[in-house]
Amino acid sequence: MLEIKNLHARSEDTEILKGINLTVNAGEVHAIMGPNGSGKSTLAHVLAGREDYEITEGEVTYEGKDLLDMEIEERAAEGVFLAYQYPVEISGVSNKYFLKAAINSIRKHNDQPLISRGDFVAMLKEKLALLGMDKSMMDRSVNEGFSGGEKKRNEILQMAMLEPKLAILDETDSGLDIDALKIVSQGVNALRSPERGIIVVTHYQRLLEYIVPDKVHVLAGGKIVRSGDKSLALELEDKGYSFLSEGAEAIAAN
Amino acid sequence: MSSENALLEEYAQREYEHGFITDIEADSIPAGLSEEVVRLISQKKNEPEWLLEWRLKAYRHWLTLEEPKWHNVKYPPIDYQASVYYSAPVQKPKLNSLDEVDPVLLETYEKLGIPLEEQKMLANVAVDAVFDSVSIVTTFRETLEKHGVIFCPFSEAVHRFPELVQKYLGSVVPYSDNFFASLNSAVFSDGSFCYIPKGVRCPMELSTYFRINAQNTGQFERTLIVAEEGSYVSYLEGCTAPKRDENQLHAAVVELVAMEDAQIKYSTVQNWYPGDSEGKGGIYNFVTKRGACRGDNSQISWTQVETGSAITWKYPSVILQGDNSVGEFYSVAVTANHQQADTGTKMIHIGKNTKSTIISKGISAGVGQNSYRGEVKIMKGATNARNFSQCDSLLIGDKCGAHTFPYIEVRNTTGKVEHEASTSKVGEDQIYYLRQRGLPTEDAVNMIVNGFCKEVYDVLPMEFAVEARKLLNVSLEGSVG
Ligand SMILES: Nc1ncnc2c1ncn2[C@@H]1O[C@H](COP(=O)(O)OP(=O)(O)OP(=O)(O)O)[C@@H](O)[C@H]1O
Ligand SMILES: [Mg+2]
Repeated sequence: MLEIKNLHARSEDTEILKGINLTVNAGEVHAIMGPNGSGKSTLAHVLAGREDYEITEGEVTYEGKDLLDMEIEERAAEGVFLAYQYPVEISGVSNKYFLKAAINSIRKHNDQPLISRGDFVAMLKEKLALLGMDKSMMDRSVNEGFSGGEKKRNEILQMAMLEPKLAILDETDSGLDIDALKIVSQGVNALRSPERGIIVVTHYQRLLEYIVPDKVHVLAGGKIVRSGDKSLALELEDKGYSFLSEGAEAIAAN
Repeated sequence: MSSENALLEEYAQREYEHGFITDIEADSIPAGLSEEVVRLISQKKNEPEWLLEWRLKAYRHWLTLEEPKWHNVKYPPIDYQASVYYSAPVQKPKLNSLDEVDPVLLETYEKLGIPLEEQKMLANVAVDAVFDSVSIVTTFRETLEKHGVIFCPFSEAVHRFPELVQKYLGSVVPYSDNFFASLNSAVFSDGSFCYIPKGVRCPMELSTYFRINAQNTGQFERTLIVAEEGSYVSYLEGCTAPKRDENQLHAAVVELVAMEDAQIKYSTVQNWYPGDSEGKGGIYNFVTKRGACRGDNSQISWTQVETGSAITWKYPSVILQGDNSVGEFYSVAVTANHQQADTGTKMIHIGKNTKSTIISKGISAGVGQNSYRGEVKIMKGATNARNFSQCDSLLIGDKCGAHTFPYIEVRNTTGKVEHEASTSKVGEDQIYYLRQRGLPTEDAVNMIVNGFCKEVYDVLPMEFAVEARKLLNVSLEGSVG
């Protein structure tokens, strides 16, 4: 469903992504780990279409289409969803209104009828219950005054409501307490299906105990330096990123 | 940044929807201002001697005044001799029903979204339609008169209710108040007069729709609303004008009087032609609006959504004379392209336990300049007076400006004044976030801007809130690539 080939991206003068190769098939969950500043969020934003980056080389194919050629909202409408590491606040716009507007924009793009009030309310109720959120939060402004953990949970609620095909979760686990981590993981697992691809960016193997990945990749210095199965995460937890330098050198030498 | 440029473009290309011109024969006097012109206007309206005298006093006083310069708006000198001070569509002298209104005029209002045929109108809104210098028609008059509510063109009130008009005209905004108010007092043409008798809750919204049509013509309307003891009225005002390359002058005066336990809600959606994207043309809007809370426990609320005009200069104010009286000011002011606004309010606390609230939302885009200017004065006798002010500015792009000029004067130590202010930018990260959730850029910007204005929309009457939202929404039409 997603194929990234030799992707290079820069911001102003610095090259951040230096040749990423990654294939995510429908039904798979991929975890991306790696040290601070290695380019994980950059990769997520490049996939979502943030305009701050210049793509200097490489290509990204999403469901047979050139993803890099699509507008941000077009990608969203075609099923790409990013749960932000730092969710944004929108004053004066209620979560409920925002969610409905988002659903309807996506439906409009796909020539589907707009969601009915009844269907929307029912769906929202179900997803709120799934994520253990109080419905009163839906009348508050988008992320305004939300605690760090509430913002993250709200991202997952949005994901649950928009039912994307490709979900990218950027450090959704950071800032969550242990109970919230379980609940959010349940929310993500509920979305796992043979038609969906999920990329989770995280620093902690703990999340991967709840959301068990099919593949784990380590991003360092703008490249994927190591890929493996879920045991790689355990190894990282055990030894830290330093043990990678050997691997990275080996790759560089090749 | 690329997307910010795109935003600027969008706002720059905001289309003015009401810019058409109605082709109708007009009875206009030649351009220019003199005592003779003042007499001529008065004569055309067949006014009583006292009113002519009042006009002349105002005119003579005006001659001694200089245009104010303290505001934060810039414009070339206005040639007061170049403007036409009276223009009226030619029609039968006395209109008894809608059937006698020129269909061209009815069509004009229909096009503006204000159908005047009662069966087509919103059932709960009575409209006074003012076209250039005269009132065309006032709807629902009989229904209102059953309740004792007077709602008619100002010029008609002068004849039918001279003692009321004489008693209250200039009682809140005297003819000598300021340069533009004096000019208005000398040459005012028409406007609306409302009188709500004691204990009456006005059964419907009253509204005046002002339309400037004729070229080079100034509009100087005058509105007077008197709410007697224990009465209530909600009044709406809308305004539009055709696209013209020349600037046109609009200098209105609105006076409100609220007696004991009375409440007046006054809402404005001002959408005069703002000029084109180069800053050519547009209305110069110099308006004096003031309300007097004369009686105890009275309340006056001003709500304004100012999206039009090349220049907006207005400070709807409340004089809180009665004990426990309440003054409110809720404002959204937009300056896009080359628009400039210097707007705000004055709350003068005189009575005990008086309370005022000011919520001002300024939005600047393009090279627009938006200033909030507000004065809160707590006089010696105003024990336990309270004021809360909140002034927020939103910037779109980086060539526009927002300015805040609060003046606070407290002469009674029991007074409490709170002032909060903020300035924010429509962030690229906000737009990116909303787009990532599937909203096209224009919807994203609209959502952010409307969210910013929410507190003001919440106090607007329903129909107006919808209209205000529509007005603020930017039309994209292929300008973002
Ligand atoms: N818009 C930008 N302008 C300049 N530098 C940027 C920009 N975005 C990212 N960078 C830089 O690129 C590098 C990678 O940043 P990124 O946010 O992708 O890291 P990350 O792997 O997500 O880190 P973390 O684990 O701390 O979240 C950092 O050095 C960062 O400072
Ligand atoms: Mg990151």
